[in-house]
This record gives sequence, C-alpha cells and structure tokens, in this order.
Amino acid sequence: MSDSEVLLEIKGLTKAYPGVTANSDVSFDIRVGEVHALLGENGAGKSTLVKMIYGLVKPDSGTMTLNGAPYAPAEPRAARASGVAMVFQHFSLFDALTVAENIALGMENPPKPRDLARQIREVSETYGLPLDPERTVGGLSAGERQRVEIIRCLLQDPRLLIMDEPTSVLTPQEVEILFETLRKLSAEGTAILYISHKLEEIRALCDHATILRLGKKVATCTPSETTARELAEMMVGASFDAVERAEKAFGDVRLKVAGLSAKSPNEFGTSLKDISFEVRAGEVLGIGGVAGNGQDELLAALSGEITTAADMVSFDGTPVGALPPEPRRTAGILSAPEERLGHAAAPDMSLTENAILTAAAREGLMNKGFLNWPKSTAFAEKVIDAFDVRTPGPGTAARALSGGNLQKFVIGREVMQNPEVFIVNQPTWGVDAAAAAAIRQAILNLAARGAAVVVISQDLDELMEVADRFAALNEGRMSDIRPVQGLTVDEIGLMMGGAHDMEVAHVDA
Amino acid sequence: MDFGAINPILLVASLMVSATPILLAAIGEMVVEKSGVLNLGVEGMMITGAVVGFVVALNSGSPMLGFAAAALAAAVLSLSFGILTQYLLSNQVATGLGLTLVGLGLSALIGKPYEGMKAPSLQDLHIPLLGDIPVIGPMFFQHDIMVYVSLALVAAVWATLKYTRFGLILRAVGESHDAAHALGYKVVRIRMMAIFFGGACSGLGGAYLSLVRVPQWTEGMTAGAGWIALAIVVFASWRAGRIVVGAYLFGGITVLQLNLQAAGAQVPVALLSASPYLITIIVLVTISARGMHGAPASLGRPFHASH
Repeated sequence: MSDSEVLLEIKGLTKAYPGVTANSDVSFDIRVGEVHALLGENGAGKSTLVKMIYGLVKPDSGTMTLNGAPYAPAEPRAARASGVAMVFQHFSLFDALTVAENIALGMENPPKPRDLARQIREVSETYGLPLDPERTVGGLSAGERQRVEIIRCLLQDPRLLIMDEPTSVLTPQEVEILFETLRKLSAEGTAILYISHKLEEIRALCDHATILRLGKKVATCTPSETTARELAEMMVGASFDAVERAEKAFGDVRLKVAGLSAKSPNEFGTSLKDISFEVRAGEVLGIGGVAGNGQDELLAALSGEITTAADMVSFDGTPVGALPPEPRRTAGILSAPEERLGHAAAPDMSLTENAILTAAAREGLMNKGFLNWPKSTAFAEKVIDAFDVRTPGPGTAARALSGGNLQKFVIGREVMQNPEVFIVNQPTWGVDAAAAAAIRQAILNLAARGAAVVVISQDLDELMEVADRFAALNEGRMSDIRPVQGLTVDEIGLMMGGAHDMEVAHVDA
Repeated sequence: MDFGAINPILLVASLMVSATPILLAAIGEMVVEKSGVLNLGVEGMMITGAVVGFVVALNSGSPMLGFAAAALAAAVLSLSFGILTQYLLSNQVATGLGLTLVGLGLSALIGKPYEGMKAPSLQDLHIPLLGDIPVIGPMFFQHDIMVYVSLALVAAVWATLKYTRFGLILRAVGESHDAAHALGYKVVRIRMMAIFFGGACSGLGGAYLSLVRVPQWTEGMTAGAGWIALAIVVFASWRAGRIVVGAYLFGGITVLQLNLQAAGAQVPVALLSASPYLITIIVLVTISARGMHGAPASLGRPFHASH
C-alpha cells in the first residue's frame, strides 16, 4: 500500500517547553492504510509529537494537512471527529467504571447502553479481542485493558489510529495477535502510527519508520530494508558499552522463599499465591511477566512492606518474613521498587535526604537518633559520582531530576550499600540505552561480589541479558524456574501465561 | 419517666424536619466529592445560606424568595473556593476550612441587626388523599415543600449519576482526572459546576434551619450541622440512598433524645446529647464496613493540565 495517497502530512512541527525543545521542525507523511513507525528513545519527543496530532498539545509552529484539508485540532474531541483515534501508553481508563462506561466516555455520541454493549461484542468478536462490557475495569489484566482502549477507538471507524508503546504490557503471543489485528486494520485502509523503541517489532510490522532523536527527525526509512543495528544507531546516535558477564560459580542459598502467599494491600492489586524459589550467592534470578501480575506485591513481600509468616522468607537460613523493612535493610536485604517518584524516592526531598531514608543504618548516617549531615552528603555524592547522575549536587530535590537520572540514583543508592540480597523491580524503566547498560552492569557486578539478586522486569531482553535463571509471574503465581540459556521466546511466552484467551482476528482481508 | 409523653406521630413528623438541612447539605457535598473535590467549607456555606435566606425572607415576606437567595449566596461563596482550588491550585483542605471561618464571620456580621426577629413561616402542604390517611398522613404527607424538594433532589442526583452521560462524565472526572483530561473532558469546568451545585444545596440546608426548623436567626446556629453532613457523605460511601439513611437516622435520634430528655429518662444528659453522633457513626460504619468504600480515586487531589 506504500504508493497510495497521503493521509496526514506533517510539516515543520515545533514545540518548546521552558528549558527543552520537545520537537523541532519535524516533517513526514503518513499514507492511507500504512503502518508507520515512530521510533526514538525516551525523551526523543515521540509523545509530544503524537499529542499534537491528537489535539492535546498545540504546536508552536508548523502545519498538518489531513486528506488535503488543513488540520489543527484544538482538542481531542476535534481530532476524533476528524477520524484520528489514540490508544494511550498509560491507559486512560477509569478503574471503578465498567468496560461499557469507559468506552462510552471515549465516544462523541454513544448509543444507548444496550446497543453499545452489542456493538462492543460485535467488534470484539470481529477483531479477536474478547471482552465483557459489564466487567469493572479495575479487575482486568493489562492486556484486557488495552483491548478496551482499542475497541473504544475501533467503534469510531478511525482513519488514523495512534498506538503509543502498545506491546510493553503484552506476552509475546499476545503481541503476535495484536499484530494480526493491526495488519487487518491496515488492509482495510486504516493508517496506523505505531510508537515504539522495540526494533524487531517495527521491522516485523511497519511499512515505514520515522526516527526521532532529541526532538529532531533523523530519517524516514523502510524498516524491512534496514537492519536493527542501523535503526539503533540512528535512534541512539552514539555507541555504548555492551554489558559484560563474568564467569561465575554460585555459592550457598542466600534468599529462600517458601510457600509465600500474601494478600495485595491494593484493592485492584494481585495477591501472591504459594511462591517458592531460592537464590544463591552470585546468582541473578530474573522474574518476568505482564505488568500487574504480582510484581509489585512480590517486591513488597521481599522488602518487608508486606509482612508474612516468618518462615515464608529466609535470609542466610534466618526467617525474616515477619520483619518490617528497616531490620531487613540493616541485615542486608535491600530493594528498589518500580515507581521512582513517590515510592523509591520522596519527590520534594533532596538527594541527601533521600539517601538517608534507606541508607541510614547500613552506612551509619545516624547517631543516637541524630543525623550526621556531612557523612550523609558524602554518601549521596559518592552515589552521584559512581553512577554518573547528572545533577547540580546532592541538595537538589529528587523531583527536579529527569527520570533516567533519578533511576540511576535510586539504584545506585542501594548498590553502594553493598547489599547481601538485592531485589529490584524494572531497573531500567524509562532510562536511555547507555544508562540502562550501566545499571545492568552494576547489577551483574553486585552478583559477582557474592550477593543474591532478584531482577523483576517486563523487558525480556533485559532479563535474558542479566539473569542466570528465569521465572514468570502470572496472576500472582510463579511459573517453573528455568535456566536462561537455551530458553526460546515461545517458551517464555507460555511461562507468562500464553495468550490469555485472546484469539486471532476473524476478518477476511 | 413517662414514655407515654412521646407521640410517635409527632416524632416521625419532626424527624423529617430535623433531618432535612443535613440531607440537603450532604447530597450537595456528595456531588462535589464525586467530581473529585473535597470542600470542607459546608458549615460556612450553610450558615451563609441561613443568614441570607432569613434576611431576604424577612424583608420580602416570601420564604421561597429567601430559599432562592440562600442557594445563590452560598453557591457564589463556594465559587470563591472553586476559583482558589481549581484555577489557583490552593490546598483544598486549608481553603475549605478557611471557607468555614469566612462563612461564620460573614454571617455574624450580616445577621447582627436581625437577631431575635421572627421570619415568615413556610406553609405546610396538605397533600390531597395521602395527607388524609390517618397516622401515615400526619407523619409523611403534611410537611412543607422543602422536605419534598430535598427528597426529590436526592432522587434526581441518584438518577443523574447512574443513568445520564453527564453523571458518567462527572464520576469519571472524580475517578481519574488525568484520564478524563486525556479524553478531552474539561476537568476544571466540570468540577466548578459540581462545586456550585454543592454550594447551592448547602445554602438551601442552611436556610431551612433559619426559616423552618428554628425558625429565627442566632449567631452560629448551624452548630456543626455542616460537619455532620460531611461525615455522613463519607460514612454513606458516596451513595445517595445511604445518605438519606444517615441523615434521617441522625435527625431521628436528635429528636428522640430531646423527647427522652423531656420525658426524664434516667440516662445522663451528656450521653443523650451525644447519642445522635455516636449512633449515626456506628450504623453507617457498620453498613460501609462490609463492601468497597467507593471513595472517588481522585478525591482531594489537585489537577493541572500540564502534568
């Protein structure tokens, strides 16, 4: 379909925020019925660009033309009326409302509830996205939530469908089914703007790709004729060190989890069900799984935020399951949760203060209840130096750091305390490629020094890179634990729960 | 002690009158909180409604005009809360407390010349047929119009939230203002409308106190009714039906304990006076302890489109 007419023409779009230029003079065309990739690292300006197309942000300068007519949506409503629909990365859904109510909220003129439920069933059957309109969204899995968003868009017969990082919450099998749905849509004439930083996906799916770096367009190319390496170089613009793994021999069991069951403290969370595993000295256990399958709860149970029966978690043979976080930290069990602002770090406190919050006991930053400021500042500076955190100094508020820099700081803060057991959730989420490599290297170095490490992540490539053994969480249960060497993508997908009752689209193209 | 002195027909009839101010304020505040805004200024808006309603009714001779003026005055006052919290992003808790202080002070100033005067009273309706039924008629069908307005308002709020598109959008804004904004809904405008409605309801509740329940103006006459309304919204798990239960329970026990005091019950007066608060809280906590609490997920969180 690459020769067909242009649907959306983007010319010289520019948008600046105080201090940063998010997009600078970006131009490219999207043709009718093509799958067009928008590729770039975090912070390259992909999100701002699609927000301008969807009417959430007004460009400073530049023009857009849709089907030959000038296109300048003042709000998402106008964009939807023109046939532009969007599936968000962080789903724009309402937990307490039902599927049908959520879909009605995204439509201009929703039909009566009964007709809407019927339409939802029709569309979901046609495109292989089974969904019950009466269910409350808070109880749905991440993949099901995405279906809600996609169906909401499809009910409006869009001419351009924008998808922002749609596969980050799916198993490999679910990704394949999603791609089938997207290919059918494209064959029916719907153009798709597909945002991602996963190169192989783009090579498998997209007709054209536009690459952004630091807000500027680097190139538009045909991904099937370009190697992943070339795409990566255009995207990153520099080379970075590959992660090195030392040869290792594992020691004694340091962390033992036996029959761990715990109820989620969160109303819509996932409870842990009978999880057992052991991690030996020098070993990295990788835990994969689609988001929301018990990852947060597992980290909380290991760090002490959720306490359990004492013998459910043992450290060097001592039961610690009933201990709260502080004694566990003192003993050497350190952890870094997924959400860096608000969970791993207090946003409005300085880096020094944030360092004290977890390192006070192990680094001796406190004396009889009084804080030792010089020592604390020195420790924060040590973390900043060792992990190359770009910040004016340790007195800066955590909120002021970019996501990647703060991530380096919260990981570094734990690593610099020489943990005996280290548990980390999504260590490189939203971090650029070079920093991600540095963080992974730090994790491997930690294991090489004899610590037991648990890495929870949704990035399978990352787990394959750092982990010795792999397991997946699915609805709060843990799969078998398998050595990473020799594991195939299909096997991993099945461990993650397979395709979660999705089916391939039934449309005849 | 003489329980025979307590007339059940009069008891039920005065229960409805006693509960109406709290019911009006609580149903308004429920709408505000459903949209994700916590307005702690209910007490201040009620007493503003009480004094403005009293003054206007006294000067015009029309209680209905008094109610209209009270609703408008309290709603305008609530808009100041709305502008501060929604546009200028001030802290909702502090601003709400400030609104209560402003309302108490302002009403004392306005009401000073009117203390001890008698307001024109609102006619009791005598609903044909239903009002003629013995026992039940005097209990339920011979009240003034505002009693029925308050119940109709609860029914209207319930149906709007459950069945209409506007109600759905309002609930959505209260659940997740970021998601609602991403879909293109005007979060701030919808919240301002909810705040305005909540203010008007509080004003009606206040005017009912000064024009029907008491009926005269005394400084600080709401005496915590606004706080009770706020508590009832929470304990009723943000459900319209339970708000009626809570308000009528509170009103009923208030009337009952006064009757018991008059009848000379052998219970300490302090305990009797505290009983409406204690029993209302115990009952509503028991109801809400069973299932989900249903607090709107964005309740009290500030919203700005840039985040």
